[in-house]
Amino acid sequence: MFCLQAGAAMAQAAAGHEFDTAVAALPTASYLEKEELAGRIARSAHPQALTLLRGWLDGKLHADAAGHAYLEGEGGYTDALSGAAATPASPDELEKIGTNNRLRKALKGLLAQFGLASAEPGMRIEAVREMRRELDESAVAALQARLPQETDAAVKHEIELALALAGLASEEPAQRLAAIASLDGDRSTEVYNRLSRMASGDEADADAAVRNAAGAAVRSIDSWRSFYQGVETLFFGLSLGSVLVLAAIGLAITFGVMGVINMAHGELIMLGAYTAYVMQLLMPQNTGLALLLSIPAAFLVSGAFGVAIERVIVRHLYGRPLETLLATFGLSLVLQQLVRSIFSANNRPVAIPEFMSGVWQINDVFSITYNRLYILIFALMVFALLLGVLKRTSLGLKVRAVSQNRGMAKAMGVRTDWVDAATFGLGAGIAGIAGVALSQLTNVGPNLGQAYIIDSFMVVVFGGVGNLWGTLIGGMALGVVNKLLEPYAGAVLAKILVLVALILFIQRKPRGLFPQKGRAAEGH
Amino acid sequence: MSTAAEPAAPRPAFKPAPPTPYQVMMREDRPSGVFLTVLAIVTLLVPILHLAVPEGHVLHLSGYTVTLIGKYMCYALLAVAVDLIWGYCGILSLGHTAFFALGGYAMGMYLMRQIGTRGVYGDPVLPDFMVFLNWKELPWFWHGMDVFPFAMLMVLFAPGLLAGVFGWLAFRSRVTGVYLSIITQALTYALLLAFFRNEMGFGGNNGLTDFKDLLGFDLKHPETRIVLFMATAVALGAGYFTCRAIVRSRFGRVVQAIRDAESRARFIGYRVENYKLWLFTFSAMLAGVAGALYVPQVGIINPGEFAPINSIEVVIWVAVGGRGTLYGAVVGAIMVNYAKTVMTDALPDAWLYVLGALFVVVTLFLPRGVVGLLPDLKHKLQTLRQRRARAIST
Repeated sequence: MFCLQAGAAMAQAAAGHEFDTAVAALPTASYLEKEELAGRIARSAHPQALTLLRGWLDGKLHADAAGHAYLEGEGGYTDALSGAAATPASPDELEKIGTNNRLRKALKGLLAQFGLASAEPGMRIEAVREMRRELDESAVAALQARLPQETDAAVKHEIELALALAGLASEEPAQRLAAIASLDGDRSTEVYNRLSRMASGDEADADAAVRNAAGAAVRSIDSWRSFYQGVETLFFGLSLGSVLVLAAIGLAITFGVMGVINMAHGELIMLGAYTAYVMQLLMPQNTGLALLLSIPAAFLVSGAFGVAIERVIVRHLYGRPLETLLATFGLSLVLQQLVRSIFSANNRPVAIPEFMSGVWQINDVFSITYNRLYILIFALMVFALLLGVLKRTSLGLKVRAVSQNRGMAKAMGVRTDWVDAATFGLGAGIAGIAGVALSQLTNVGPNLGQAYIIDSFMVVVFGGVGNLWGTLIGGMALGVVNKLLEPYAGAVLAKILVLVALILFIQRKPRGLFPQKGRAAEGH
Repeated sequence: MSTAAEPAAPRPAFKPAPPTPYQVMMREDRPSGVFLTVLAIVTLLVPILHLAVPEGHVLHLSGYTVTLIGKYMCYALLAVAVDLIWGYCGILSLGHTAFFALGGYAMGMYLMRQIGTRGVYGDPVLPDFMVFLNWKELPWFWHGMDVFPFAMLMVLFAPGLLAGVFGWLAFRSRVTGVYLSIITQALTYALLLAFFRNEMGFGGNNGLTDFKDLLGFDLKHPETRIVLFMATAVALGAGYFTCRAIVRSRFGRVVQAIRDAESRARFIGYRVENYKLWLFTFSAMLAGVAGALYVPQVGIINPGEFAPINSIEVVIWVAVGGRGTLYGAVVGAIMVNYAKTVMTDALPDAWLYVLGALFVVVTLFLPRGVVGLLPDLKHKLQTLRQRRARAIST
């Protein structure tokens, strides 16, 4: 292994690469020679050159007895020439390729120029950021030299920021003031930390005017940051609310419109989540497509279960809500145990497809994860679709007719038992779709549904039974309130507070936020 | 009553002794009489079989069995409490184990304070979990819990207060039916979450356990267990008798009127919410007593007792036995729990299927429960016989 690598290094050197020869010569060179070699490495424009020089500067560049160079990283060693992970034959015998003050200065300068001279704007930004960590005279000089030539606006901005930060460290109070003024409008965490250190605390600036200016700048950034933190809390609240709405909206049909207490609603959600899991098992190569297909599949699976529940059990118990509650609760136990028997009691992994993962970083304070964003949008789409079905289709018309006046609907020729089954199936199918969405956020296990049943009922009752808009607004409001309370009370206490507040609210307004009025209210 | 109507009748030569209350009960309310008789026999027989009969004998009852029967009786008392409000007043509480658990926690706090220096950390005042959490002082609600009478007062007071406040709010604003059921469920769910928190000062996730003795008697001693068992039996008998007295009183008649036609009862002039509130609070206290007797026998109380599913299970005991009869609740609680003990031992996976099926079958086919089966069958036979007789005569 050892001989092989050494041989390979020599073979590459023989090929005449400037970079390789320079690196190979490093372990034995004197400091003066090293300076010259560093220049050659930088000029070679090899993709590894920047990493190597930086590692060298940080004292992470080592060589073994054969003169082969390794870079020490966080997870182990990498080959200095290729950048690939490599294991030195005997890590104990590695010798650091040393530097002295003069050489370090030269290296820094080289690094800066090297990065700044890159044709890629991204590389240039990277270089400027790197230089910002330690701004000494040579770096400032390099940046000042680069600024007039720079064409890319983003790079230009970064350079100006770096120069302003350098100005903050100036001896002259006037220059520090000017630097603070030029930083106006920049809200990055880096600037914020630097300015707040200058404004107060142990390292506060000696000059009162500078302190005041820094304090004013920090305050303006503070208000901006708290605004975006508020926006973030709002987003998290809406995201939680969208989950609640998804879980509750099927219930808004079965409980709200039909008046049937379906305690197995949570288990219908769970079945939807397991459908997503099974679809991914069927299509392991394409998780994204599997997820999209599991939306209709979950609708069908849960919907079929819903129709069966309605035909076999609920049908016999219309007008006896407490009995319906007990019977469907028993059913929920059976469904849980069924899933446990088939899929085991352990949680099942549902993969998150690529388009759902990742973070949308809007600024230093505010970022949105894509899965939460998509589920929020998805919840609104499902809501709109359901609203459309109820308000614009013949099925919706019949559902509303039956819920408002069963006898009259029957007299007008509506097949009420068919409508009952279809409505229940629709509500159950929506629960299944909610399960697919939840599979992307939480663990898929037999108890998935139980966690949501009380919340779902609360959302429906809070919003007002029989009112879809109430469910949407109620769910979103509960989500936002929950997230607003969380920083002060902690997650569990926030949930308890919301529950208690809901219990009290229902005492005050038993018919919810938006009670039904007129003909619709008479049906219940 | 009939005696008042016959003053002129010739005085009989020999006057029969007036019937004892027991005879009256056996004549007027045979199931209650049978239940109380069986309970009395069990109460006397179990101690003899456990203590007097030597171990290894066929008739010897193990300590495990005694505790098991004691546990069933606690459940039966809880079921009676639920039947009182559901069967007679139509209030379906899906959060009654919250009161059961509160009573249990009050008893558990007393038992915790009795441990004293025998705990793992040996702190004379603070229970182990508080030492572990690095607390310096006893929280205010733990004060006085080392005094037995005060702790017993709390067993009644804590569930009673919660039920009183909750009921006052709910019944006054006329939250009824399913809505009430759902908010009682939310109540016990909120308590479940709250008691899981260490900051609440009730031992968090682990609850209260490692009890040593009660009133100075070692909880592991067979005699102590027998006394606990008999106390439970007496509580069940007394609780049953009180509930029976309540439902047979004028108050009870009004309550049943409220169950059957709430608006009508209100329009006649009864303050429906007051009747409901008193009944609900009493029922919660009864549940608290059941919980307090339960804890020293099983030796632990933790937040799991608040789980909504437990409350719903209690409802199914009552439904299986037959709601609105009180003795049905006892029969249901013992039957379902015995089945649970046997099933979870033999076929643990099948138990939830059976329990779930019970819910469905009982609501669909047995609205009057098991105790309603016999009268129903008798009635059916009678109508059949009458029909046949009519068919023959024509």
